Amino acid sequence: MKAADVQKSLAAVAGVQVGAVDYAARGFHVDVTLPSQEITAVVQVLDQEGFFIESITGVDWLGEQEALAKEAAKQAAAAKKAAEKAAAEAAEQAAGEAPGDAGAVAAPAAEPPPAPAPEESPEPEEDSFEVVYDFNHFRELCRVTIRVRVPRSLPELPSISDIYPGANWHEREAHDFFGLVFTGHPDLSPLLLPEDADFHPLRKDYKP
Amino acid sequence: MSVLAADPTYETFVLNMGPQHPATHGALRVKLVMDGEYIVEAEPVLGYIHRMHEKMGENRTYHQYLPNPSRLDYLSAMACTHGHVATVERAAGIAVPERAEYLRVITVELNRVSSHLLWLGAFVLDLGGFTPLLYAMDDREQILDLLERVTGSRLTYCYFRFGGLYNDVDDDFVDGARALVKRIRDKMPMYHNLITKNVILRQRLEGIGPISAEMCRKYGATGPVARGSGIPYDVRKHEPYSVYPEFDFDVPVYEQGDSMARYLVRMDEIEQSLRIVEQGLDKLPEGPVMAEKVPKIIKPPKGDYYCAVEAARGSFGIRLVSDGTNTPYRLKLRSPCFSNVSLFGEAARGLLLADAVALFGSLDLVIPDIDR
Repeated sequence: MKAADVQKSLAAVAGVQVGAVDYAARGFHVDVTLPSQEITAVVQVLDQEGFFIESITGVDWLGEQEALAKEAAKQAAAAKKAAEKAAAEAAEQAAGEAPGDAGAVAAPAAEPPPAPAPEESPEPEEDSFEVVYDFNHFRELCRVTIRVRVPRSLPELPSISDIYPGANWHEREAHDFFGLVFTGHPDLSPLLLPEDADFHPLRKDYKP
Repeated sequence: MSVLAADPTYETFVLNMGPQHPATHGALRVKLVMDGEYIVEAEPVLGYIHRMHEKMGENRTYHQYLPNPSRLDYLSAMACTHGHVATVERAAGIAVPERAEYLRVITVELNRVSSHLLWLGAFVLDLGGFTPLLYAMDDREQILDLLERVTGSRLTYCYFRFGGLYNDVDDDFVDGARALVKRIRDKMPMYHNLITKNVILRQRLEGIGPISAEMCRKYGATGPVARGSGIPYDVRKHEPYSVYPEFDFDVPVYEQGDSMARYLVRMDEIEQSLRIVEQGLDKLPEGPVMAEKVPKIIKPPKGDYYCAVEAARGSFGIRLVSDGTNTPYRLKLRSPCFSNVSLFGEAARGLLLADAVALFGSLDLVIPDIDR
């Protein structure tokens, strides 16, 4: 009930993708994906709807694009193989159906197919950090998860600590662990890590 | 820093409460900017016992991580481990036998009572009353003895397994738990006579450190802190998990939002937890305490999962991101104390130093749960 209302009001914000989630299997109701510049607009909507903040955290998707590219290449290769096989089968069938023209058809098939020029695999897109915001409601059961992707080389997004003061510490913690930079945050000094820490231990390429 | 504190002609001084201070019950430091006896600014400084439990989650298998959650909130460790196993069970689709769920609820509620009893003793001790601590510790010790019999540990339990429990309980546990419910229930009027009706305590708590419902919402405060501010939010009722829907219990809510309200919520919760334990013992079904088919290596399907439980201090949640392998890709621990202490700076502004101690105690903070 609440979930449907929230989905409607969130979908009104530009560039926002809203989806319903199977609560029993995943543990939350609404899954929202949006570009980083829209985060304040979306959080303001949640604030008006009376949600409270559960947490803010990050996920480092290092190597995701490479894996995706590999997967895509694998699929393309498989598709090509299937197409070739289908073509060969079709040719064989055609040859079987028309014995008169066997020579004419068989001749080109015998020729080895021209080797495809080794395609320059496009540079895989840059990996990103996923910033996950969890919101919940005190009166009605409705958990909203917001996901924002920011590039690893420039992990910047607007702070929401002026809307939810509780976000202040969560953002500082995310800055500690992932090096995410929340623009407009009053103080991003280390919260849980030592005060002179310049490392981000939850990055997947962090070596102690 | 506020305008006043930044003004060089305005005379303030900085007072460090902690990291070694009896009222913080652990290594937490609060930097206080004082104007005489009044607090201008209060800033908790965290991280003195930060252990990076979230990183440990990423380089251990699901089973290897089982002992970790009880090191977070070591006073209601049972609820933390419940949150962990419930998240993984949800992700991997493991069903739990009914007897195991009942025993989970019984042990979690006993643990909640022991946690509240320790809080009661320590809180009154902070306010200058020494005697109640001795009574509370005595009662708490009985609970710890009982739980030690079945779990093998006094505080940092590792009793729950994915799909059930480490071992079944015996008749002695059931009898002991019944005796315990009676013992503590009989003791409660004594506690109320000794503490709640004490005029000094009332004057130290009533109207002190008010926290509004709106403040709870903006900071994400849950548990007795939110319920003392008139928010009837309890994960056990709001988002029923395990076998809680089968129990008849109330969620105590007080509207005042002061330290007294938070005190009364916890005192009432002890009785509600005893009711749950009693019903659980009555209804305890026969059967196995471990699911038959639990894979030796747990590999939840790709995706992310969330699960929250009501720990003694509020909503304890875990966000698990799985990449389909036998270790979590990311394990986020949402601890109640972290959110509850984040509002301290705002709530303590303008209070007397002595009243800040009362406010601090009424938040019932466990430092390892904040620092993780």
